Amino acid sequence: MLSAPRDWEVERSAQVKEEPATRAGDTEQSALPPRRCQDQSEWHIGGRTLTSRFFLGTASYPSPQILQDAIQASGAQVVTMGLRRQLAHGAEAGDFFALIKATGAHLLPNTAGCHTAREAITLAHMARELFDTTWIKLEVVGDAHTLQPDPFELLAAATQLVKDGFDVFPYCMDDLVSCQRLLDAGCNILMPWGAPIGSGQGLVNPGALRTLRARLPGVPLIVDAGIGSPADAVQAMELGLDAVLLNSAVAHAVDPVRMARAFKLGIESGRLAFEAGVMARQDMAVASTPVAGHPILL
Amino acid sequence: MSTIDNAADATLHTITVVVNGHPESTTATTLHAWVEARGVQPAGLATAVNGNFVPRSLRAQQPLAEGDTILTFQPIEGG
Repeated sequence: MLSAPRDWEVERSAQVKEEPATRAGDTEQSALPPRRCQDQSEWHIGGRTLTSRFFLGTASYPSPQILQDAIQASGAQVVTMGLRRQLAHGAEAGDFFALIKATGAHLLPNTAGCHTAREAITLAHMARELFDTTWIKLEVVGDAHTLQPDPFELLAAATQLVKDGFDVFPYCMDDLVSCQRLLDAGCNILMPWGAPIGSGQGLVNPGALRTLRARLPGVPLIVDAGIGSPADAVQAMELGLDAVLLNSAVAHAVDPVRMARAFKLGIESGRLAFEAGVMARQDMAVASTPVAGHPILL
Repeated sequence: MSTIDNAADATLHTITVVVNGHPESTTATTLHAWVEARGVQPAGLATAVNGNFVPRSLRAQQPLAEGDTILTFQPIEGG
């Protein structure tokens, strides 16, 4: 039996038939912001309503207290966690999890370290049991040096996990067609990389992200990995992406708590700029003060 | 019953399983019993036997046999 089309599917199929929008004098401007008339402070993802567009990782902080403070300063309502093969006892095993739960944030467990679909599927089921959530950040690494995802294993794992009832957040490349395949498999969310994990390089291919935004209107797009500074996050949000997920840029900052706030402000600023509509770039100067045609003779 | 008989019984029921890559002896006959014997909070870990996920609710029905591999996963920080 066919399920009802998801809210972005109608838009997407319509978009496929359209010619690319033309914008006089500007090839850099991002897609037009959606739903200008609605309350733009809230957005929806994976069955939940959020006000923050900042997803924060929980690894590599100088101390648990700094992590807690950074989460608070970030305003993040979603935090990521991992699973490790270990058998720790008592406080050693439970303290960290309790600390994260106490923040009240939604948990987004990941499948970091998996190299095959089978591994990722198994780990996702374990995560669902441990974290009591159907959300899974699906990572299937294809290259040890760049940690970029394996698009084929990722698609295989996503296909199965969607059938198993997960809300799959696939960490994927910024390639349009592989992203479309993930959507065809039933994913409702995409998490294209900005750059290799932990590299802090920023958006290495903003054109690809712009293409994703233009071709997949309505699909929640979360830039995941590679963000280095708040300027990178602003850029992602100005492109019209829906949220930013990062970890190292905050955890490795000299002052992670202050940096968490810097990213919060940057992400809010970038989103506002997207909603407001950034002006079109011009090749030549355009006078701001209306004195053209009125010669000044001293 | 003699001490020798008890020792023989214990030997009979001891198996070797490989836990997270390390062999260990156990008298547990089910995964549930093994978790209990290790003194870990049952809800604090996820388990797999021979590479297959075993949900918490099915651990009592998961028998353990000589040479079985057990994997245990616990929550950690993550990005």
